Amino acid sequence: MMSTKTQLAIIGGGPGGYAAAFLAADLGMQVTLTDMKKNPGGVCTWEGCIPSKALLHISKLITEAEDAKKWGVEFGEPKIDLNKLRDFKNGIVNKLTGGLGQVAKLRKVNFIQGKASFVNSNTLLINKSDGTTEEIVFEKAIIATGSTPAKVPGLSIESLRVMDSTSALELNDIPKRLLVIGGGYIGLELSTVYAALGSKVTIVEMLPGILPGADRDLVAVLEKRVKAMMQNIFVETKVVELKETKEGIQVKLEGKNVTEPVQTFDKVLISVGRKPITNGLGLEKTKVKINDKGFITVDKTLRTDDQNIYAIGDVVGNPMLAHKASAEGKVAVEAILGHKIVFEPNAIPAVVFTDPELAWTGLSETEAREKGIKVEVAKFPWGASGRATTLDRNDGMTKLIIEPETERILGVGIVGVGAGDMIAEGTLAIEMGAVVKDLELTIHPHPTLSETMMAAAEVFYGRATDMYRPKRK
Amino acid sequence: MIVDFRLPHLGDNIHSADVIKVLVKEGDIINADEVVVEIETDKATVEIPSDVSGIVKKVYVKNGQKANVGEPLVAIEVSSSQLASPSTSRSGLAVSSEKEEVGKEKESEIRNKKSEGELVVEPAVNNQSLITSNRPLITENEQSSIPSPIDLIHHLPKIITVPKNISKVVVPAAPSVRRFAREIGVDISLVRGSGTNGRISIEDVKTYAKNLNEKIQQGAFSSGGIGVVKESLPDFSKWGEIERQPMSNIRRKTAEHLSYSWSTVPHVTQFDKADITELENLRKQFGKKIIEAGGKLTVTAILLKVIASAFKVFPQFNTSVDVDKSEIIFKKFINVGVAVDTDRGLLVPVIRNVDKKNIIQLSIELQEVSKKARNKKLSLEEMQGGCFTISNLGGIGGTYFTPIVNSPEVAILGVSKSSYEPVYINEKFEPRLIMPLSLSYDHRIIDGADGIRFLRWVVNALENPFLLSLEG
Repeated sequence: MMSTKTQLAIIGGGPGGYAAAFLAADLGMQVTLTDMKKNPGGVCTWEGCIPSKALLHISKLITEAEDAKKWGVEFGEPKIDLNKLRDFKNGIVNKLTGGLGQVAKLRKVNFIQGKASFVNSNTLLINKSDGTTEEIVFEKAIIATGSTPAKVPGLSIESLRVMDSTSALELNDIPKRLLVIGGGYIGLELSTVYAALGSKVTIVEMLPGILPGADRDLVAVLEKRVKAMMQNIFVETKVVELKETKEGIQVKLEGKNVTEPVQTFDKVLISVGRKPITNGLGLEKTKVKINDKGFITVDKTLRTDDQNIYAIGDVVGNPMLAHKASAEGKVAVEAILGHKIVFEPNAIPAVVFTDPELAWTGLSETEAREKGIKVEVAKFPWGASGRATTLDRNDGMTKLIIEPETERILGVGIVGVGAGDMIAEGTLAIEMGAVVKDLELTIHPHPTLSETMMAAAEVFYGRATDMYRPKRK
Repeated sequence: MIVDFRLPHLGDNIHSADVIKVLVKEGDIINADEVVVEIETDKATVEIPSDVSGIVKKVYVKNGQKANVGEPLVAIEVSSSQLASPSTSRSGLAVSSEKEEVGKEKESEIRNKKSEGELVVEPAVNNQSLITSNRPLITENEQSSIPSPIDLIHHLPKIITVPKNISKVVVPAAPSVRRFAREIGVDISLVRGSGTNGRISIEDVKTYAKNLNEKIQQGAFSSGGIGVVKESLPDFSKWGEIERQPMSNIRRKTAEHLSYSWSTVPHVTQFDKADITELENLRKQFGKKIIEAGGKLTVTAILLKVIASAFKVFPQFNTSVDVDKSEIIFKKFINVGVAVDTDRGLLVPVIRNVDKKNIIQLSIELQEVSKKARNKKLSLEEMQGGCFTISNLGGIGGTYFTPIVNSPEVAILGVSKSSYEPVYINEKFEPRLIMPLSLSYDHRIIDGADGIRFLRWVVNALENPFLLSLEG
């Protein structure tokens, strides 16, 4: 068996793993990166963020073409060539993952396709995709294995009609009737895609509202448009049974607004969250520990209980987001090199790429209430935004969560078209310790949606140019 | 009936908390829901209210103390009249049903959290673990029956979480500033920002570090220790004439260095005496030979050799402590410093590789460096790299003294004036020349037993020089 020595071995080539590998290589380390896919990219690039965004772009185009009728422009009914659409999506994935593979080569990162597991705290065994095995003796390792769709206990039946997010993104067909179990961000994004492509989508959520965790006032704006797109959204509803029949999947629903408890769907998508991947890694042969939630425990430098092993990304905890994983990966590498560094962001942005988009960063109003933190909130509804009006998309809101004494910005929440791109400004404001005044005094370009950030700051002082709302005092 | 009120479960991974303030004292009458103590965890300040009404019989904890989850905080006597009268048994019921509601609330919260967790697959274990938390209230009566987990919920006191000042949690400093502070080892939460509403700049961090440094230096020699509040000097001129003189560099360095040693090294000083009557005879016998070689056979020169030999037997004396790394540094070389009294102050030239030199060589070298020290010819390098120090005040007088360890060394030997003492030998008193020795050592590294073993070895070697060749 082949045996190779490396300074740093990274297991998992997602946004955490490859960001860490590339930085380590740039800082002069000898790096081995392993992943089961033929190129780096991870769930995000292969079967997550990237392909879903490609499809959401198409679905937005379809709905906008529909909206255009109101503006005096009419296109014919869209004809969807599913094969071509799939090729478009796959093309994007291949381009990006291929690019990452190239960059790995240029940086002299040793990329090995295969499944890695620990033999001890210094050795990995890789069952390579070509059937051979290779032993990697490392000085330090980073676990970046990520997460996988969670299953609902008792509801998993083996059927091609039951999908998870991965198979839903394969886009094998457009089901006439689609049931989406779970009204979180993955469920909502995929519902948006399938609804635009012509499916009649029903969403079932166990909790009282969709997008649990996000501020209700923001969700309310999003819900209005999403509701119109979907056949049904049942909240406080449970799926108690799935059964495959000739016509499709027969589903039994239990909830207060369910009039027809037994319904049949052509396909069912289960999107009830994700769980960390730690199985089969041989962690029992190391000193790495896993907490009761299944996450690997790490300190602030992302080091596990094993001196030689670090862990980053979804496998160490929430939020399970690509950009969090990348940031952690970079911290882990610097920590390995002995730099005095810890992972200590003041804000991690989260974006739901529905139409409209919903994004937040830092402290949310809900979280502030739960933790008993006193905050002031300034909201600017997009009804008063010139740019939103030109887009005929006044369904939006920008709000600031403010520390009352120092007027520091602790959180930002945005719902509306382009919210995902706009949230970056909020994150920077929080990280820089900006106060409301800073936002108010920073000139924003007109007419843009970004102006709503400045306008929300003006609302806080009760003197928004575009809106009359005196400050309550 | 007296019940112990215990520190309840406070959340995941929180096993203990600091008691900030005890708000009750013995004899106080308290009501249910009245706050008993304020505690602080890593995450928040929490007020812990009592679960029952009654009289505080005993307070187990003090301000500033650490308490473990489940540890009793106070003992409360639940008023007997309440228990006795039938109306209270009803009120007792009422209390328990109220508690049940609290429990239900908690349960529903748990359920809520759990299902919310579906999105991210992280059940909120904080709340969930409340079920299995330590029972905060155990009464003698209840002890007989084993409580079900649901019962336990009922006995949870309501916990009111007061978040720490948010600006402390989220420090108003840009990521670049936070990283800079970490690199230079400054806790950014202690830095006062000069920017708008307390925003911290890199300059603020630098200023903080500079001030900290100055404070440490000032504190080091004016008040005798780091972390000691500096006391201001009185106006001495009130009592008579004074004159102020600037400290010389040597004086200042000595003050700083010895303050540092004194405040960081836990000192123990061990005394012993050596009978050097025979040694003195030998010294006289060979003294001439050494003078011919250009040296002077002093007790200090002989002690250099003795210490070098003792180091081989007691390697823990030839070490330094690395507190940051929790490591002990063992030295494979033997350099010994000798304190020299000069008109400019105390200087400590270091004789190198003592173990590789004979007493003649050591005598010559010692005389040279002493001369150099007095003639200001000593280079900085010649005063560095010592493993141990000998301070011989015997030429002046005194019996014993407590020398200060010359940090980062871990021990120092003080030698006082030898004198004839009657020693009881072979059933009669004999005049013997006795030399008092004082060994100060760093108690972090050296145990008391080893301290005296080392000093006994030195004494034996002085009394029986053959031991040097035998063991050393």
